[in-house]
Amino acid sequence: MAEATALPPRFQEWFAARGWAPRPHQMAMVEKGRQGRDALLIAPTGGGKTLAGFLPSLIQLSERAPRNTPAGVHTLYISPLKALAVDIERNLATPIREMGLNIVAESRTGDTGEARKQRQRLRPPDILLTTPEQLALFCAWEGAREYFADLSCVIIDEAHALWPSKRGDLLSLGLARLQKFAPNMRRVGLSATVDDPGLVRRWLGRDAEGVDLVLGQGGAQPIVEVLVSDGRVPWAGHTAEHAMAEIYEIIKGAKTALVFVNTRFQAEFAFQELWKLNDDGLAIALHHGSLAAEQRRKVEAAMARGEIRAVVCTSTLDMGIDWGDVDLVIQLAAPKGASRMVQRIGRANHRLDEPSRAILAPANRFEYLECRAAADAILGGHLDGDPARTGTLDTLAQHIMGCACSEPFAPTELYDEVRTSGPYADLSWEDFETVVDFVSTGGYALRTYDKFRRIVPGQDGLWRARNAQAVLAHRMNVGAIVSPAMINVRIGGGKRPMGGRKVGEAEEGFFEQMKAGDTFIFAGQVWRFNSLVGADAFVTPSPDKDPMLPSWGGSKFPLSTYLAGRVRAMMHDECEWPALPPDVQEWLNYQKVRSIIPDQDEMLLETFPHGKRFHLVCYPFEGRLAHTTLAMLLTRRLDRLGVGPLGFVANDYAVAIWSLKPMDQLDLQELFAQDMLGDDLEAWLDESFLMKRAFKACALISGLIERRHPGMEKSGRQVTFSTDLIYDVLRRHQPDHLLLRCARADAATGSLDVARLGDLLARIGGGRIRHAALDHVSPFAVPIMLEIGRERAPGDAAGEMILAEAEEDLIAEAMA
Amino acid sequence: MAPSESMGVTSLAFQIGDCGGLRLEIAGARAVLRHSGALWLEAERTMVVADLHFEKGSSYAARFGQMLPPYDTRETLDRLERELAALSPATLVFLGDSFHDGAGEGRLPQEDRVRIAALALGRRLVWAVGNHDEDGPRALPGDVVDEAAIAGLTFRHEPLPGAQPGEVAGHLHPAAKVTSGRATVRRRCFVTDGTRLVLPAFGAFTGGLNILDQAFAPLFGGPALAAALGPRRVHAVGWKSLRPD
Repeated sequence: MAEATALPPRFQEWFAARGWAPRPHQMAMVEKGRQGRDALLIAPTGGGKTLAGFLPSLIQLSERAPRNTPAGVHTLYISPLKALAVDIERNLATPIREMGLNIVAESRTGDTGEARKQRQRLRPPDILLTTPEQLALFCAWEGAREYFADLSCVIIDEAHALWPSKRGDLLSLGLARLQKFAPNMRRVGLSATVDDPGLVRRWLGRDAEGVDLVLGQGGAQPIVEVLVSDGRVPWAGHTAEHAMAEIYEIIKGAKTALVFVNTRFQAEFAFQELWKLNDDGLAIALHHGSLAAEQRRKVEAAMARGEIRAVVCTSTLDMGIDWGDVDLVIQLAAPKGASRMVQRIGRANHRLDEPSRAILAPANRFEYLECRAAADAILGGHLDGDPARTGTLDTLAQHIMGCACSEPFAPTELYDEVRTSGPYADLSWEDFETVVDFVSTGGYALRTYDKFRRIVPGQDGLWRARNAQAVLAHRMNVGAIVSPAMINVRIGGGKRPMGGRKVGEAEEGFFEQMKAGDTFIFAGQVWRFNSLVGADAFVTPSPDKDPMLPSWGGSKFPLSTYLAGRVRAMMHDECEWPALPPDVQEWLNYQKVRSIIPDQDEMLLETFPHGKRFHLVCYPFEGRLAHTTLAMLLTRRLDRLGVGPLGFVANDYAVAIWSLKPMDQLDLQELFAQDMLGDDLEAWLDESFLMKRAFKACALISGLIERRHPGMEKSGRQVTFSTDLIYDVLRRHQPDHLLLRCARADAATGSLDVARLGDLLARIGGGRIRHAALDHVSPFAVPIMLEIGRERAPGDAAGEMILAEAEEDLIAEAMA
Repeated sequence: MAPSESMGVTSLAFQIGDCGGLRLEIAGARAVLRHSGALWLEAERTMVVADLHFEKGSSYAARFGQMLPPYDTRETLDRLERELAALSPATLVFLGDSFHDGAGEGRLPQEDRVRIAALALGRRLVWAVGNHDEDGPRALPGDVVDEAAIAGLTFRHEPLPGAQPGEVAGHLHPAAKVTSGRATVRRRCFVTDGTRLVLPAFGAFTGGLNILDQAFAPLFGGPALAAALGPRRVHAVGWKSLRPD
């Protein structure tokens, strides 16, 4: 084989001894390494992707001449997961040892001990394996320039997961910095299959064309089935409870199964249901982000040893190390996106010549259509597209502070450097200056802080950190991951519980709604909630078999645009119906008779009375986030029209609003006019808790407020006053402040999905709303009507209601 | 509404007034708890506010280099001026911690300094000192005192433990948390048992301490009444409806 001869003898022998032949994409990566080219490798899991990334570095390091002075880091490997960096360290040890290479490869994460970190600083390993947050810390080191002067290669793993996020922005800025330190540094990206490799290349490279694309060979076509358990698909629901018995049987027939769900609570629920059925005592485990880290590691280790028959898991297992023995992937409830599903299916059968096997179990009829669409998309090789990304300015602020902590910078030079980062290629000088001023003085119109600047310009025109305290504070707060304040779940009861064993962590909000004695499922068990003390929730095991489950609102992932389009097409095209299960066909036929099946580019809107209320249900298929925003805005408009809207629910497929007065005579084109996204949106947004949440994240990332402060240790929970107060004051006194701009942009692209809503309004403008005025509930409306009453809109009005209720309680108390 | 023994509160009667304020007697003195967080003694035309923490934002910049919006003082002044316009008091009492730190007065933007000085036009200002501002303001008009006595009530910053009939204090930043179904609301509040009163913090950047915290235990013999601040009115909340953080 011609390519194999390109490997040095030691490497050839090693491959031969293992009975392997180097794969074409591995050789292609070696070639790119020899040519000094940046490269993005796109390959499915199991194709020896990681080794392909490291081979060029291992070869170079094995060929280097011995030198007297200690060398710097040769290759920097960056993974989105700490655990993955540690695993790769272990996996690299094998070829290094077996080939007898004189190479030191070490990991460094937030969990690495101080002694090891110190040693790494003095004597850098040849290969350093780390995370994006550590890279941001390196960039803030004094002497970073010298430390990385010898850097020859950076490898970014799971690039597809990193790039479209603030972590990706920060990482890209870090790469631009490293490139300055080491102009010859090569960039290598490893990615799962993506819809548009051009976007990842642009993010990874120093300029648009600079990154070569290497494609791994595709594996065998996966076998994907949509499960119709017991011949039926339920009307509504999110849990696929009806299919559990059959899923248990399927697990029994597999060697090891991964059971993916979309939320932690779905995971807890499915785990509980499977164990109720588990007469054979199969080793079925649970894995999600709320479980204690050591518990998750235990499950992973047992997986690696092949001791586990099934793991119920969330996106925590979407990526990570390979487990050879997984032969089946089950998706409970619809996957919401084709790319995510491909990624999950890739976790099974890491031998490329064998097909992966996956079963999708829809929880309701709309989900059946969605699962069918996902299965078709996977077989047809269609993936969800990501929108192009513009770098965020709060992240840039953090990076600029980091640069100042490392060494003095000249603004024009740093501006040029930042623009070599893909997401910031179009950054204007004005925005850059605004961010520098923000970092220095907070960026306020009222120039109170000029004397307290965090970074100061010197006589030489260079900017530096004001003092050691500013540097320390920055280093303690690096990173672009903002997570909600977490509460430790501990075992303990009685009046003064002591710190018992930690079961896991849950978001702060989770316990707010609970009172002592409430039961809930967590970490696969039923618990009784006893008390909340500081940052600890104390619980004891409960014999209760039917816990009061906290509600869950379906998937946290929005339905992808691609799948939504497919579902609309499938619904409209009657030729596709005969392939559907009988009850889904019947449902569509009923809808056709009792209401309307809309055209593919139309939006169906139904109005009908039900109970004592009037209802409006529309079906945009744009995902829950965009629908929630739409519902909020429609409710405001309906209120102005005097219809008296009382409430709404939104799911991935539809929006339902109910009111005191009928809504069938309204001018619907007017109601859905695009100017909804103007003043109405602005007015609502300013008061929205979503904006406050977005603002908090921007304030933390940009360094306006600190998670940790030297000598002022505070948990997220005990911040003396909340960012909401800051938000309110800033909004009133300087509405055009940089961070409010950042928060609006984030809310628009993230939690509100305004972009998608805008696309919808444009799509249905010009008479594309099909109105069915009915005197009864339609078949399509049933699922969302069943969700009414499970949600309550938060907000100021609701807060007043609660206080009024408490007052009534008081009066009752007083009169008793 | 009738006085209630069953709440464990002796002779505590209240009613919601016209402007959403709560009328009651504190140790025999007639008072209104305003939804702004101010106390109004109509007979004496005296308005009382606690814990303004002026220049708290800039204190973070001075001490930690953290650049919080420097607008908290003017936001607090906006609120204060609205209340003054509504009530036209002859006396305005600050119950301590009016400045977040001793150097706060020196950091005041000129515009805000002028506005604070103007509060004294046509009325008497009384600055009770607090633990954050032990010396009180130096250059601003008004009397600086440790305690003040008006209408038989004693005004001081930090409440004293044990029974203190007639004491009106601040310092603790009381907040009430109430839960209903799946939603929770946490608001700044007054706390009183009819014999003494703790005011909520008035300042824009001031947080709250849950009144179930043990810091409140030495002040009240039994369950007290929380008067939670809403956007339009005060809500009287019974002890049993309160939740810990």
